[in-house]
Amino acid sequence: MAEIVLDRVAKSYAGGAAAVKDLSITIADGEFVILVGPSGCGKSTTLNMIAGLEDITSGELRIGGDRVNEKAAKDRDIAMVFQSYALYPHMTVRQNIAFPLVLAKVPKADVATKVEETAKILDLTELLDRKPGQLSGGQRQRVAMGRAIVRSPKAFLMDEPLSNLDAKLRVQMRAEIARLQNRLGTTTVYVTHDQTEAMTLGDRVVVMLAGVAQQIGTPDELYHRPANLFVAGFIGSPSMNFFPATLTDVGVRLPFGEVTLTSEVHDMLARHPLPRNVIAGVRPEHLDDAALIDSYARIKALTFEVTVDLVESLGSDKYVHFHTEGEGAQSAQLAELSTESGVGANQFVERVPAETAAVAGQPAQLAFDTSKLTLFDADTGANLSIPPAE
Amino acid sequence: MSERVSSGRATGWTVVNVVVVLYALFPVLWILSLSLKPTSTVKDGNLIPTQVTLDNYKAIFQGNTFSSALVNSIGIGLITTVIAVVVGGMAAYAIARLAFPGKRVLVGVALLIAMFPQISLVTPLFNIERSIGLFDTWPGLVIPYITFALPLAIYTMSAFFKEIPWDLEKAAKMDGATPWQAFTKVIAPLAAPGIVTAAILVFIFAWNDLLLALSLTATQRAITAPVAIANFTGSSQFEEPTGSIAAGAMIITVPIVVFVLIFQRRIVAGLTSGAVKG
Repeated sequence: MAEIVLDRVAKSYAGGAAAVKDLSITIADGEFVILVGPSGCGKSTTLNMIAGLEDITSGELRIGGDRVNEKAAKDRDIAMVFQSYALYPHMTVRQNIAFPLVLAKVPKADVATKVEETAKILDLTELLDRKPGQLSGGQRQRVAMGRAIVRSPKAFLMDEPLSNLDAKLRVQMRAEIARLQNRLGTTTVYVTHDQTEAMTLGDRVVVMLAGVAQQIGTPDELYHRPANLFVAGFIGSPSMNFFPATLTDVGVRLPFGEVTLTSEVHDMLARHPLPRNVIAGVRPEHLDDAALIDSYARIKALTFEVTVDLVESLGSDKYVHFHTEGEGAQSAQLAELSTESGVGANQFVERVPAETAAVAGQPAQLAFDTSKLTLFDADTGANLSIPPAE
Repeated sequence: MSERVSSGRATGWTVVNVVVVLYALFPVLWILSLSLKPTSTVKDGNLIPTQVTLDNYKAIFQGNTFSSALVNSIGIGLITTVIAVVVGGMAAYAIARLAFPGKRVLVGVALLIAMFPQISLVTPLFNIERSIGLFDTWPGLVIPYITFALPLAIYTMSAFFKEIPWDLEKAAKMDGATPWQAFTKVIAPLAAPGIVTAAILVFIFAWNDLLLALSLTATQRAITAPVAIANFTGSSQFEEPTGSIAAGAMIITVPIVVFVLIFQRRIVAGLTSGAVKG
């Protein structure tokens, strides 16, 4: 068990392409940190650098206080779970789990006890003499976990370990990993492209884009105080809605009306450089069906009418999709998001209670809680509703 | 794989397979029959000999020309196989795993060598080997054999190495293995079918060769079995050595069959199943 420190770590390739730029994170002993981002954002490269499978171009990596840049993977005493599981097909489950111990020349009797203990934790006792080919996906996943935990390494690295499982098993294994990590208290770095996994598993989450950490924080911080447009759009499902906006003397003008901003918001805006273009972000749960809110809430809210494109029912809630006419919100960071999700600039969604009367193709009255509005600088992407970054 | 084939199709395939096997085995049966016939009935045209004799087999082992040729063949074949598989295995591993400058050229040159007509090299090789003293020696055959067998070995083995998921090596590294341990404990066992296949192909190539052996050897020191058979003469100049040649042909088939039987159990497909998903 150990603290992992990335001190301005960077990775670039011979061709000049930079995969990771000046990444600095301190991962505390026993912490569960998630690296999340779209494909090609550098999250797997970062993990491989911590593992020792890829060289570090510049910066320093310290595990337990010691610089390990030059140490080979096998000498770093960290275990890794691969997306493909990477089980040794010619060995039984027992031999697979024992492999790291055998290589470390642990006495045979100790190997046997440790393998048995690990198998018990992961519910693999019955399967110890099978070969990986005879196991289901979930069982293989557990064997891969077993091989990682058996030698009590300083840290676990996990590279999208759940992405090959079906949806139900994924939720189950997610809970199992969280419990296991909690029980063992081992520092864990976990890579995923799934923001739900990131939010549910991590003590802290690092959102990456193009080799740069956009924001490092707890899941709540990322959700409620996103540093920029990309984080705001990436975290949360369904994603935040972004509307083009213009600053006026008293507030902002949105496609469907004008919002007066409180003096706190004005003060916060003043602390940022004056933005040329502004984008307003609204979470789907902050848009409501106007018919379903009480009259007091209606006074605070801005109501407007849209034509419903689609209604999705989840049972407890409904997602109502709609679009607006005219120019959508434009920003480089939003373009990154829409290439990832394929959602157009003018497509929006609100989450409303199941009682809503909204029907596809019919107009609906929406109400929007103006106090929940988040403003972004369209050019830099910065969140204008929180203090500026240093 | 597990899909059931309709019985009509199964029958069809059985018939085709039987025909192919008969077509391939009939000449072998014919040679076997010839080798068991006494000289007087060799040309009677019967598949089943009217009279069975082992005289032909006894005859070819009289004097030690054929037995020493067999020893030469086995020795040269095994040495060629070991060197070609070890060197080829390393080259194949590099080709399958590493991006190095000149990789395409290397693969291209290997292919070129495999396609090069050997007959055009016989005269130059003969002259070279005579002048440097390799003519009629084991190395004189082993070296050209390795040259021609290497492309075969490299191609076969790199195809197998490419099939092994790279993640397994990374996993071995993370589990604390040195590169040598990763190779011997993880990669080599998984690539065993490929290595064995390459070994069998190389051995058969060296064993069957007549062209180079005939041109580059002259005496019992290095003559191989196929050359010895080609040199058989009848007991008088009016007699054709048909029976002896047939007996020799049967004898040199045996090591190949044994070799394949020993190793075929290792040539099983799907050994890597379960390593990685998808």
